[in-house]
Amino acid sequence: MPKRTDIKKIMVIGSGPIVIGQAAEFDYAGTQACQALREEGYEVILINSNPATIMTDREVADKVYIEPLTLEFASKIIHKEKPDAILGTLGGQTGLNLVVELSNAGILEKEGVEILGTKLDAIEKAEDREKFKALMEELGQPIPDSLIVHTVDEALVFANEIGYPVVVRPAFTLGGTGGGFARDDEELKDIAKNGLKLSPVTQCLIEKSIAGFKEIEYEVMRDNNDNAIMVCSMENVDPVGIHTGDSIVVAPVQTLSDREHQMLRNASLDIIRALEICGGCNVQLALDPHSFNYYVIEVNPRVSRSSALASKATGYPIAKLAAKVAVGLTLDEILNPVTQTSFACFEPSIDYIVAKLPRFPFDKFPSADRRLGTQMKATGEVMSMGRNFEEALLKAIRSIEMKVDHIQIKEMDDMSEEELWKKAKWRDDERIYAVMELIRRGAEFKDIFALTMIDPFFLAKLKNIHKMEEELKYNVKDVETLRKVKRNGFSDSYIARVWNMHEDELYNLRKQENIIPVYKMVDTCAGEFESKTPYFYSTYLDENESIRSDSKKVIVLGSGPIRIGQGVEFDYATVHCVLALREAGYEAIVVNNNPETVSTDFSISDKLYFEPLTLEDVMHIVDLENPEGVIVQFGGQTAINLADGLQRRGVKILGTSVDNINKAEDRYEFEAMLRKLDIPQPQGETAITVDEALAIASRIGYPVLVRPSYVLGGRAMEIVHTDKDLKVYMTNAMKEISHDAPILVDKYIVGKEVETDAICDGENVYIPGIMEHIERAGVHSGDSISVYPTQTLSKDIKYKIIEYTTKIGKGFNFIGLFNIQFIVDKDDNLYVLEVNPRSSRTVPFLSKITNVPMANIATKAIMGQSLIKQGYLEGIKRESERVYVKAPVFSFAKLRSVDTTLGPEMKSTGESLGSDETLEKALYKAMVAAGTKIPLHGSVLMTIANENKEEALDIARRFEEIGYGIFATSGTCNYLKEHGIRVEEVAKVEQAENDVLDLIIKGKVDYVVNTMSQDKGSRDDGFLIRRFSAENGISCLTSLDTASAILKVIEAQSFSAIPMGEHE
Amino acid sequence: MKRQLILEDGSVFVGEAFGGNNYQLGEIVFNTGMSGYQEVISDLSYCAQIVMMTYPMIGNYGINRDDFESIDPAIFGLVVSEYCEYPNNWRSDESLDQFLKGNNIPGLAGIDTRKLTKLIRKEGTMKAIMADMDVDVDATVAMLKEAPYPTGQVAKVSTQKAFQVPNRGRRVVLIDYGAKQGIVRELSSRGCDLKIMPYTSSVQDVVNLKPDGIMLSNGPGDPRELTEAIANIRELIGQIPIFGICLGHQLIALAAGAKIDKLKFGHRGANQPVMNLLTGKVEITSQNHSFSVNEESLANTTLTVTHRNLNDRSVEGLACEEKNLFSVQYHPEAAPGPEDANYLFDKFMQVMDAQGGNK
Repeated sequence: MPKRTDIKKIMVIGSGPIVIGQAAEFDYAGTQACQALREEGYEVILINSNPATIMTDREVADKVYIEPLTLEFASKIIHKEKPDAILGTLGGQTGLNLVVELSNAGILEKEGVEILGTKLDAIEKAEDREKFKALMEELGQPIPDSLIVHTVDEALVFANEIGYPVVVRPAFTLGGTGGGFARDDEELKDIAKNGLKLSPVTQCLIEKSIAGFKEIEYEVMRDNNDNAIMVCSMENVDPVGIHTGDSIVVAPVQTLSDREHQMLRNASLDIIRALEICGGCNVQLALDPHSFNYYVIEVNPRVSRSSALASKATGYPIAKLAAKVAVGLTLDEILNPVTQTSFACFEPSIDYIVAKLPRFPFDKFPSADRRLGTQMKATGEVMSMGRNFEEALLKAIRSIEMKVDHIQIKEMDDMSEEELWKKAKWRDDERIYAVMELIRRGAEFKDIFALTMIDPFFLAKLKNIHKMEEELKYNVKDVETLRKVKRNGFSDSYIARVWNMHEDELYNLRKQENIIPVYKMVDTCAGEFESKTPYFYSTYLDENESIRSDSKKVIVLGSGPIRIGQGVEFDYATVHCVLALREAGYEAIVVNNNPETVSTDFSISDKLYFEPLTLEDVMHIVDLENPEGVIVQFGGQTAINLADGLQRRGVKILGTSVDNINKAEDRYEFEAMLRKLDIPQPQGETAITVDEALAIASRIGYPVLVRPSYVLGGRAMEIVHTDKDLKVYMTNAMKEISHDAPILVDKYIVGKEVETDAICDGENVYIPGIMEHIERAGVHSGDSISVYPTQTLSKDIKYKIIEYTTKIGKGFNFIGLFNIQFIVDKDDNLYVLEVNPRSSRTVPFLSKITNVPMANIATKAIMGQSLIKQGYLEGIKRESERVYVKAPVFSFAKLRSVDTTLGPEMKSTGESLGSDETLEKALYKAMVAAGTKIPLHGSVLMTIANENKEEALDIARRFEEIGYGIFATSGTCNYLKEHGIRVEEVAKVEQAENDVLDLIIKGKVDYVVNTMSQDKGSRDDGFLIRRFSAENGISCLTSLDTASAILKVIEAQSFSAIPMGEHE
Repeated sequence: MKRQLILEDGSVFVGEAFGGNNYQLGEIVFNTGMSGYQEVISDLSYCAQIVMMTYPMIGNYGINRDDFESIDPAIFGLVVSEYCEYPNNWRSDESLDQFLKGNNIPGLAGIDTRKLTKLIRKEGTMKAIMADMDVDVDATVAMLKEAPYPTGQVAKVSTQKAFQVPNRGRRVVLIDYGAKQGIVRELSSRGCDLKIMPYTSSVQDVVNLKPDGIMLSNGPGDPRELTEAIANIRELIGQIPIFGICLGHQLIALAAGAKIDKLKFGHRGANQPVMNLLTGKVEITSQNHSFSVNEESLANTTLTVTHRNLNDRSVEGLACEEKNLFSVQYHPEAAPGPEDANYLFDKFMQVMDAQGGNK
């Protein structure tokens, strides 16, 4: 069926800021969709509030609106643009929800906008519990028995009817708070009672538990001629009970017989047909490991994280085809973009196994609840391909960058068997390592299976890994053993450790014995048809399919899995580097392992190697491709960390040299260089022992900023105010973090934080702009609200920033991008806090708002084209009139037990952009886009630490003036009352029936302003207040600067009501 | 223990031996299905073939009691990248290795199966044999070149004697050229009273049973060898409704006067898209065939093309409505593979009913 000609202009909705559960995969999907629609000749209008994406590049759509994804702004754009149709299935849950909202508000009908892809009715059928149940019953598809109850008795009756175990899900509690798993009447009584209490509508769903079933997923597609196909099947190594986003997943399914597989495939196709989806759909199913019984768990009527994974796993671009199908094309008339010789209406067959591992943020949040359950906690993921499970799993493990190069965590060596069993049962992020350790110690499969429900098939594979570990141990430097373990994915670094040799030595031994990998093509068809996809993975077999071309080539290293501190921003820069290289006539080769991103779309680069980002794996590609060099500066710290090793093995690092990278990263060299350039930085020294740290602190005075040297994204950084806290910090740090690396103790300067990104070609420095942070120094730059152009800096300071930036660029001899963080104290003194010799988190933001394609320019500079030749003269770009604000977005609701207070450790997962003519309007948009509600009337709860009370008084007064009600706990309340503020006291935690937490749970306040005392002892109440706010979706402002900014926004929209005579 | 696979073109793949050791000269073919190895191994259409699976991990869910497509498998060998020593599935009775040993079918593991796939894709299927490491490779290659392709496979796998799977529904004569159990299962589940007959059955033998319809099964080898069967079918066409699958489909074409070509490397897998030309819809099909109906040769026949392969446009389905005859090249009984084309069995019921069959 040909494409629709009655529609011309299509509005595409993006997924907004990155949060846990909705990440870079939608940048990949959205970008593909926009391009596919334009390819078909449609005019594409895009709305997305996330500036860190390729999707929001001007070239991706005909018009790009970086505006909040809310009814308010989307309607405005619809009124203005009058699109013929809207496509929301590529913007995750956010996109779907916005379509529903627009439709319910009557906007779509009024403007005659048609919904493409998944119709409203189908969205409801998939998402509304009752309608879903009805549809499944109609199709004869089984779902777990469930009932909504309002009393504990009702729960007990129903549970006895369907049989234990059951799951309790309280209604309308965020993140499933209060839910749980009950095995008997006693447990159910407790959980149901608590759940009913926590539910604002006193309602719980009691559901038959299918925990322990195999969790299986099918990615299916359908077109409007009712052709329906399965693109990929996936099996979770972890059974039902752990969110698929947090599970180890393999593709295709491994432990299902064809009969089981076809049964579930049929169910999935029946469902997508019944929903009449034109596009992609994800169906999650639970299969009893002991029978043919299965249940449909969930249906996502849109592209998803899983569909991005399926696309990368098979090569079949689901999002692209979903967009084409949405405009009426049928699958049988679209060419398979991979083979170009067959059609899209077929089911990929792969001849490798894919493993996906989640990346968790627990290295950042050591206090978080690490247990995995139905709420997703991973921020990102890695994928790997191999010819067997062992190879794929071990490649994925060394891709994950959690300081492991094998399925082994050193600390577990010393754990007792009992502890290991406990850990396996606990189901935290490290359980697979605990299971492996148990296998090493001879545990029986049946016992492990009983506890974890991990299929013995996978356990046997782990056992095989253990067998090979033993062989390795007893056959030191034996070539046949080496060949065998390499074929099963063992890393050089692990083997070298076991064999007690240097990794380089092992590498040489392998080369000598010709134990080197070959590269196989990902072609969707298991080799049945000829194809030319430039998409490869390594394995140790005979025939290499990746043929080196004659053209000049450059390898670009990606940034690996998305984690806090290294997000999609780095993928953005990687993609632009690749495009710039291609523009400049080079063959651009990407190495990366993140299935969610645009950089791992094989159509972006000339060649894509889906491989771990380790020295070993990158070297193999360098050996094969023999490139001009390797570019490391766009792939975040992941790529930078490989520079040393690559250089040691004779690889040319393009751009800033390894020596100069080290000058910026090594504390001593950095200090020396700044002294040489006569640029001040906060006073500080390094300490190895507790006493040394105390001595330094007393010399430079508190507060001090402490952190381990060589850190990533503010890891384990803290501001310390007293000897006592410093002792605590040092004791922990020595133990946990740095082993032998020293701790930096710096003077903490209170002041404005300013940031800039610049490009240096070795001769000149070009600065696109300077950004100022709303929050004072002490809050991690990634968690601050950032404003461009600067709003409060004097001309002198700006000149000084330009001067320092230029001096640093030239002094360090940077070639390419670099980022500097400054601080301006109250006396207008400028200090340099940090210099990052690489692309930074702010590059996409700054590139977009200044219209300077920074990664592109930097890449060309790296390849020898001077800034002047590219048309950029030394200095700074003229600032724009329009104000741009970048606001951080957090995923606190999903990370239980994480303290939400802002500090030097980065905690945000994403960002939004707001722009307008005034700061207030821009702030409003950025905050709304970040999910903060900004009601003009309402009330605020203030619990302020003593040292901030004076400053908070002004904040309270301003809230009062705009008519907000103020609640406060006793200390703050008294203080505010004394100063003439009308305020209502609330009881501290558990000191009365209606305490401060009740206020939050019941949603009686719109904001919480909470500052943390410097004295750690009294932080517990504050912690509860912050956590309850996060779990109840109430903005908790832990910096008075943020509170002031929000007030500014409200004030700008409020009209003051002041009686005559009080105007002075 | 090492073992090798020697190909007619002189290629040698050395790997690890598993399964039995009954080495026989066969045609090397590849199958791209990612599951369903048990059905493939026991599918009699693979008689005299050495089957290589492109999916690299085979045997994961073991071998169970239920999923066989025949009682005595007839493949001459199985080639995999890796076979699973410790399978797990609630229905699994034994491992792949144990099963192959029990049936004396040689297996070869640990070779670069993708390399072999590409070789077959480029050079076409060819003669091959597995061997121990001490054989003279050159002599074996010479032997392979000399030797004819195996023939007479249908005679090996067809039932020797007629037998029945009684029921009270429509009576169907299933002519067994190496029929998959899936066909029997589909017909039985629709209540058909099955008379399963040897491929040598005469027209009279068939007619005497007064069937409502005739099912021509799948089977191995070159259909052009079966001259007697073709002649019988020619006679039966028009008398009784006929449904043909795979080899049965090719025999119908030959009986109607069309020609058959051998494909370079055939279609074997579970993902072949087929367009139903009557509805314009695509079904994903399970396939296993080396031969295909020559479309041009259909011009002088009463057959029309009803289904077509979306990728290579080859003929996948034929029909002659007035003669109550239809056939498909692929496997609507699936097993293994997608069940999208299952509707064809319902259609067969309708065609029989329209002819006044027992309802």
